[in-house]
Amino acid sequence: MRAEKKWYDYLWIASAAYLILGFFNIMFAWLGLLCFFIPLLISVFKGNKGYCNRYCGRGQLFSLLGGRFGLSGKRDIPGWMKSRWFRYGFLIFFFVMFFQMLWTTWLVFAGASDLSQTVKLLWTVRLPWNWAYHGTLIHEGAAQFAFGFYSVMLTSTILGLVTMVLFKPRSWCVYCPMGTMTQLICRVKNKEK
Amino acid sequence: MEPIRRKRKKAYVEEKACVACGCCVKVCPTAAVSIWKGIMAKVDRSRCVGCGKCAAECPASVIAIREVEG
Ligand code: SF4
Ligand code: SF4
Ligand code: SF4
Repeated sequence: MRAEKKWYDYLWIASAAYLILGFFNIMFAWLGLLCFFIPLLISVFKGNKGYCNRYCGRGQLFSLLGGRFGLSGKRDIPGWMKSRWFRYGFLIFFFVMFFQMLWTTWLVFAGASDLSQTVKLLWTVRLPWNWAYHGTLIHEGAAQFAFGFYSVMLTSTILGLVTMVLFKPRSWCVYCPMGTMTQLICRVKNKEK
Repeated sequence: MEPIRRKRKKAYVEEKACVACGCCVKVCPTAAVSIWKGIMAKVDRSRCVGCGKCAAECPASVIAIREVEG
């Protein structure tokens, strides 16, 4: 084990803060784009999973809750969940849902539909979330994106917590779309050379 | 005196199933594991002491601790 902790070992605080801020002002959800672009840029330009291996606050949060706080059953994850079928299947599903969210955002930007002040959990249940909306200086579409993006982040956190309790603390990392995608990019990129 | 001969334990990664999350790297006391090119974990078995920490931590449970002669 590393003797001293580095600054990036505390990024779990940022991840926790992100989820909490979304309860107060949904526009903070935009910050979540960092968890999308940073891992991708690292894998595309550096050809490694530096994000997962070092900086990912979400992974750290699960380690902490499941490890130190003992909220994990620490059982083996079922075989099918670590199969390529499931991992890549989940990645594709995640992308489809993501593009659907972008489409909803576009409709609001285009004035074809109204802003929905809700957070959609597990791609199905709509929760009212209007208390976290205080208007926007830009366009209602920007707020729609925030609601949509926060839904993605909250949904994945819930899935991660469930698999943390059932299996090992960081079970989410087995099927995390960002983890799968960055590994795929590294595979492709390092094969080229 | 006869040299003490006992079986040593070492970590083996099922590389194809590894998701390269790096959880094993974080807990290894001897820095024997590293993530190779963002693709899979590799164990430097000359440094591995067979403590099993990585296997316990691995969310995909793809690390096995095996006994080796020597
Ligand atoms: S697999 Fe996902 S949750 Fe796990 S460390 Fe990587 S980006 Fe973070
Ligand atoms: S913890 Fe397991 S899945 Fe993650 S990099 Fe190490 S061996 Fe691979
Ligand atoms: S068994 Fe122990 S020493 Fe060997 S790689 Fe795993 S954590 Fe490191």
